[in-house]
Amino acid sequence: MTDTLDKAPASVPPEQIKAIPVRHYGRWVAGALVIAILVLIGIAFSNANINYSIIPDYLTDKTILSGAWHTLYISVLAMVLGLVLGVILAVMRMSSNPVTSTVAWFYVWFFRGTPVLVQLLLWYNISLVFPILNLGFYKDEMNQVMTPFLAALLGLGLNEAAYMSEIVRAGIQSVDEGQTEASHALGMTQGQTLRRVILPQAMRVIVPPTGNEYINMLKTSSLAYAVQFNELIKRATDVSSTSLAVVEMYFVASIWYLILTSVFSVGQYYLERRYARGSSRNLPPTPLQRLRRNLRAFGSFRRPEVAR
Amino acid sequence: MTDLVKDMAKSAGGHPMVRAEGVHKSFGLAHILKGIDLEVNPREVFCLIGPSGSGKSTFLRCINHLEKISAGRLWVDGDLVGYRQKGDKLYELKEKEVAAQRRDIGMVFQRFNLFPHMTALENVMEAPVQVKRESKAVARERAQRLLDRVGLGDRKGHYPAQLSGGQQQRVAIARALAMEPKLMLFDEPTSALDPELVGEVLDVMRDLAESGMTMIVVTHEMGFAREVGDSLVFMDGGVVVEAGHPREVLTNPQHERTKSFLSKVL
Repeated sequence: MTDTLDKAPASVPPEQIKAIPVRHYGRWVAGALVIAILVLIGIAFSNANINYSIIPDYLTDKTILSGAWHTLYISVLAMVLGLVLGVILAVMRMSSNPVTSTVAWFYVWFFRGTPVLVQLLLWYNISLVFPILNLGFYKDEMNQVMTPFLAALLGLGLNEAAYMSEIVRAGIQSVDEGQTEASHALGMTQGQTLRRVILPQAMRVIVPPTGNEYINMLKTSSLAYAVQFNELIKRATDVSSTSLAVVEMYFVASIWYLILTSVFSVGQYYLERRYARGSSRNLPPTPLQRLRRNLRAFGSFRRPEVAR
Repeated sequence: MTDLVKDMAKSAGGHPMVRAEGVHKSFGLAHILKGIDLEVNPREVFCLIGPSGSGKSTFLRCINHLEKISAGRLWVDGDLVGYRQKGDKLYELKEKEVAAQRRDIGMVFQRFNLFPHMTALENVMEAPVQVKRESKAVARERAQRLLDRVGLGDRKGHYPAQLSGGQQQRVAIARALAMEPKLMLFDEPTSALDPELVGEVLDVMRDLAESGMTMIVVTHEMGFAREVGDSLVFMDGGVVVEAGHPREVLTNPQHERTKSFLSKVL
């Protein structure tokens, strides 16, 4: 039996199948329909009373650029604050200590349950509650301390922490219990286990929704407009009050939001790859690899390659 | 191992490596362990067999305090596990103290539980670096030596997902040995493996037994128990039904329950 297998000639390649592929007429119809609808929408927008020609000029306007920069850094800082606080809250929530877990539950309940706009305004007007900030070593009027920047950071960051804590908690709970047991059996403490074993594995579950949260944060940061923070929407509004091109300026702002979210979507791919280490034998493709593969597939879409 | 060596080892330390007195364990209403008394001597290979649900894995997990015992006393190398006795009062140990006790007890799990985000080498290095604060160079050198010992020196850069079950379990044994334990616990180490991979793991365990490691092995591998084991305990329903030398118990069981169990697995 094995002898015949060994001696079987391997030089004759099998005849490859050459079949006429199934025709997908539905795809052509759907494609035509989509193009028609897009053309109609395009015509409607181009006939609207909007001065498109000024949009490219204002994209690189100094005021708009500074607004985009403010949006970028407030959303990054608020996200970092939310992430750090979110991890702490998630750990508190899962702690066996009833005080810490109740505090964490209450925090999430409150900050998730009230509008972020109200929270921003409350921080901005915190001097109504604490007129003077006294930290012992530092004392000042609250109105001096609570700048638009600080109000935006606290309002957005503390709100984000409530959402992040639930994402982190889901991530931690997704890690197999055997991992904790193995770490404990090796003599690692609770903290070492969390830091070295659980969180790195939880990241695989945490990163995709966190990317989602960050993109959300980029746009939610526009609410900081209400506390006089000079982010993109506030700057766009400032410009429109002088240029009298209101809708055009919001288009300019939207283009910047699209650019920022696109850049971060690409970054997210690489982050996901980083944390996929060890969880699968093959890493997912990078956006560049995906693009190349799609282009290659597009080039041969008429006659699909015969499977090798 | 001869009885002479065993006696010498016992007299050197003066006390058994593990001693259990009336150990009970309940999960809610389920009474899993109903009074376990036994002693494991240094350098001994101690095999625990029995049907599933008999409490043998639970007992093993009590030894390094992964489970808290409900009643009785359990000592490892003369120290109470998980508690400190002052006069006639018991005090629960703090988390750090429990962790310190576990350092000297290696454990190998049925489902390996390797850290999937670390390579084989990093898995073995992790505990010495984190727990013992050893330098990475020293830990790496020992990890390499241990991986060589289990025959996986050339697989050090592989992630667990890239290794077969038998290879993963051998890395898991190397990881436990990296802490230089005085006692090794094996919780059905070959039960999750394809039959043809069982041998390579048992070979590593046999080699470890020959080097004089004290081992408690929960297993269904009767051949291993007979050849390598110094003592064997048959458990059922949370109690020790029969204990003795593996060859005697396996070839000439005294209790009906042991006889019927062995007739099904041998």
